[in-house]
Order: sequence, then C-alpha cells, then structure tokens
Amino acid sequence: MADLNTSGAGAVSGAGSVAKSGGLLAWLNAPERRGPLLVAPALITLFVMNIFPLLWSFGLSFFNYRANRLTVPSFKGLDNYEKVLTDPVVWERFQTTGIIVGASVTLQLIFGFLLALLFAKTFPLRRILLMLVLAPMMLSFVSVAIFFKLFYDPTLGLLSWAIGLFTGEPFILLATPAGSIAAIVIADAWMWSPFVMLLVLAGLVSVPTYLYEAAEIDRASPWRRFRTITFPYIKSLLLLALLFRTIETFKLFDLSFLITGGGPGASTETVAIYAYRLGFQFFRTSQASALAYLILFVVIVLTSIYLYIVNRRNEEG
Amino acid sequence: MAYRKAAFRKPGQAGWLYSLVTGVIALIYFFPVLWMILTAFKTRSDALAIPPKLFFTPTLDNFKSVFFRDTQAGDAVATGFVQYFVNSAFIGGSSVILALIIGTLAAYAFSRYPLKGNDTYMFIILTTRMLPPIVVIIPIFLMFRVTGLSGSYIGIILLYTAFNLPFSIWMMKSFFDDLNPEIEDSARLDGSNDWKVFFRICLPQVLAGLAATAVFALILTWNEFLFALLLTGSDTRTVPVAMANTIGGEIGVDWGLLSAIVSLFLIPVFIVTFVLQKQLLRGVTFGTIRK
Repeated sequence: MADLNTSGAGAVSGAGSVAKSGGLLAWLNAPERRGPLLVAPALITLFVMNIFPLLWSFGLSFFNYRANRLTVPSFKGLDNYEKVLTDPVVWERFQTTGIIVGASVTLQLIFGFLLALLFAKTFPLRRILLMLVLAPMMLSFVSVAIFFKLFYDPTLGLLSWAIGLFTGEPFILLATPAGSIAAIVIADAWMWSPFVMLLVLAGLVSVPTYLYEAAEIDRASPWRRFRTITFPYIKSLLLLALLFRTIETFKLFDLSFLITGGGPGASTETVAIYAYRLGFQFFRTSQASALAYLILFVVIVLTSIYLYIVNRRNEEG
Repeated sequence: MAYRKAAFRKPGQAGWLYSLVTGVIALIYFFPVLWMILTAFKTRSDALAIPPKLFFTPTLDNFKSVFFRDTQAGDAVATGFVQYFVNSAFIGGSSVILALIIGTLAAYAFSRYPLKGNDTYMFIILTTRMLPPIVVIIPIFLMFRVTGLSGSYIGIILLYTAFNLPFSIWMMKSFFDDLNPEIEDSARLDGSNDWKVFFRICLPQVLAGLAATAVFALILTWNEFLFALLLTGSDTRTVPVAMANTIGGEIGVDWGLLSAIVSLFLIPVFIVTFVLQKQLLRGVTFGTIRK
C-alpha cells in the first residue's frame, strides 16, 4: 500500500506537503478519480521506461545522430527513412526474416497441431509427459541456443555424428547459408511448437463430446468429423497462434545471434540483428532508429489484427 | 479395429499403451534438453567422446566447477556464477514484486472503473510488450548512459518492472474480468467501501492468478537476454549473459561445464512449468486467451 500512496502522490506534482491536510486525500479518494488514480503509477512507469524512449528514438530518426561522436546532430528530415527504405541490404534482411518466419511458423503449426491431437485424450502420466513437451517454450533463448549449438557441433554434435554414419564424413550444418537457416528454423520451431499445441489443445477440449457421439451414430468419416466438428472449434485459435507466432518470430534476435552470429556471411542476419548492428556496431544511431520504427510498424499492424480477432472471439463465446 | 475397441471406453480416455507411445514421442521431443542434462554429468573426456556416449559413469565435477575453479596452485577459487545466480534472482524478484503491485492496481481499475478510451490504453499497453526490444533498446541505452543508471541494479530493475508491467496488467485484468461482480455489489450494499471490496473480496479471489502472474513474470525476466547484455555491468550481470559469454569462448567450449550451468538454470523453469500447467495458456498469451 505504501507504494500506491507514494506513486499516487507523485502523480499529482508537488502534492507532497498538501497530502497531510486530508483535503487532498478526500479529493483523491473521490469515486470518479478512482480509475485514473489506480492506473497512474502504471502509466507513469510505462511512460518513463517505454513511451519516452520511443519518442526519443522517433526524434533521433530525423537527425544524423551518432552515439559515438560528440558533434551536434543536425536535422535531416526523412533522409534516414529514405536511406533505410532504399537500402538493398535492408530488403535482404527482411527477406531472410521472412523466410525464417514462414518456415518456422509453418513447422510450429504442423507440429503443434500433431502434438495437440496426441494430448487431447486423457491417459496415465499425461501431466508429466505434457510437461516434457511444454518445457521448451518456457526456456531461455540462451539455453535453447546452447542445446542446439551442441547438437549441431561438427565434431561432437549428435547430428554430425548421425549423418556421418551414412556418409563417413563429419556434417557441418552451419557451413552453408541454407543449412544455417535450417538450423535456426529447427531450433525456433522446436522451441515454439508447444505454444501452438497449447492453443490447439484448448480448442480440442472445448468440443462438446455429444457432437462426436452424434457423428458416431451418423457414421461420419474421420475426415468429415474433423472438418465439420473439430475444425470450427480450433479455427480461431489456430489463427491466433499463427499471428502471435508471426509477431514473435518476426522479432527473432537471440537464437540467430547466439547460434550462428548472423552468419555465414549475413545469411541468417534478421532485421532485428541488422538494426542492432547499425546501432551498436556501426554507430549509425539515427538510421538504426528509423529501421526500428519500420519493424515497430509491422508489429503494431499485426498486433491490432490479433486483438481484433481476440475481441471477436470473446464476443462470440 | 483398434478404433472400434476404443469406442467402448469413455470418450477421450486412453490406456497405458497410449501412454507408452506418447511417452516415447515426448522423450524424443525433449531429447535436446535431456542430452544437455546428460552432458552435464559427463567427465571432460566422455563429453568429447566420438561416437557420443549414451552410457557413462556420472560425475558431479561439472557442477562443482560452475562455482569453484581450481587454480594452478591447486586451491579452489569462486567463479562469478554464485553472484550471477544471486543477481538473476534479486533483479527478477524485485522487478516482479514492483510490477505486480503497480500492475494489479491498474488492472483492477481497467476492469472495474473503465477510463475513457479504456481499450486504447489496453492496446497501447500490450503494444509496449509486443514491441521488438530493438526499438527501445537504443534510446534506453542512451537514457541510461545520461542518467548513469547503466550497470546499476536500480536501472535494470526499473527497466524490467516496465517490461513486466504490461504482462501483469493484461494477466490480472483477465482474472478480475472473470470474477462475479454480484458478490462485490452485494458487499457494497452491505456498506463496504471500495478499498474493502478490493482487499477483502476481489484480491482473495485472484490469489491463484496473482501467483501465476508472478511466476510467469519471474520466468520472463529470468530468461531475458538482450537488455541484460547491454545494460548490466560486471557486478550486476545475470546468468543468461554469463552463459552467452561462455559459448563465445574461442578456445573450444567446455561443454560439460556449460551444460551444468544450463541445467542448474533450468531447474526453476521446470518446476514452474509443472506447477502452473493449468495457467500456462493464459500466461503465454498475456491473458488474451483464457479458454
């Protein structure tokens, strides 16, 4: 509670000394101010740590600021946006990101769906086995990157050894651009298929059993049963899973950064990594901000679609 | 034929054979983690063995060397990892408590006293959670440099508080929305004021939700890498950054040691996944999907 009072008083600037009088407390306690008062600490924190930095970098994106130089930055208008939008490298990075998102989200949907079918029944030990399958999405990107680095290692890795049994040579997955992309996609899909599974599972268990019983009587084929009974219940959840995972995978940074470092060459460098390089290695701070805003734009659009579907689903049922 | 037989059972119920098949699939899925845990118990030469060894005599040496390193003189020196684990727990814990206090109050207000443009606020709040870290990391880096917060506990705790806040608000709002408003109304009729309604009626009913939110936020913070990489100093470094530094080593990675660190780091995550299974769906979708 102490926390509420201090942050609440902080919200009304310079209210510290007046607070004793009781008049202010009564004023704050009025029912019509309850909502704003309770929300204020959260909004202030978010403003200071998120919105303000966002505005700052929005401002920066119109200048030619470089974090490692002391010269006074000058106003450049939309130059940075023009530079970013016409930079072929940026488009290459968007393409790389697109390929990773497309491949990984597709795999997540397929495996997530299959795993959900498997766990839709009740059976002994279900809770423990479910934990084994759900664990990957709760792990840190760093640990997942470490597992897969060990797994892909050319001399010690299981993958290299297993393929070597057939070819007689060590297999270096991370040596080629295509192999490296596959490596990232496998790690990401492994980590996030459980997420899709969880959503599909929620849909599967919500199907009323009497519908299946009715289908049994009608001798409906399994495919027909799936299409007419099961699918309508999981449709919106699949769509939400698709959107949610697209948003998250689009931001992919850690896995690529840690497994391949963006290489070989720049074959697994996502837009997020490129923005990071622009900002922290090339110190083109303003240009990095402009690129970051492009990424933000995509994420905001996807998030609005996501919320639109969530709301529609809540209204329906 | 098998299907016909199954039809006689209660619908959706399967037996031990099904458990066995699912168990094998689950273990295959889980294999990368399992392999890492096995590697943690191997001696250096077993870890380097080709073909990889599935059976070996386990040793705890790797776990010991996570915390103590033998010097050439022969005495054990503490590595930084105790510090990093303490940092991770302390930074995570403080920021989660802060975010939970501020976030629960806000969530209650968003649920019970909607503001003008309530949905817009909720949207903006969710966007701050969805936005790529890379968008805010540059200005936050500059901000921390100007204010001297870079490398300090207070800086990273405040940042993680803001990072956990949208999540806490959305989660807690979804729990408050689930409550039956009639109970609160009748309490009000009986003369309880709003504070009493909040503390005596609403809060006790969402305690489970509060716990789930806290634990989820804790895991998110426990796992966070990019902010920690750029904003912590050598004293405030968290485990993910320390782990990433260990793989960065040029002179061959000590896989046994690294596996031991990762295994230790995973223990809290597994416990949480098991305990919170029922809340997992709501947790991973920030409270947007309940059922």
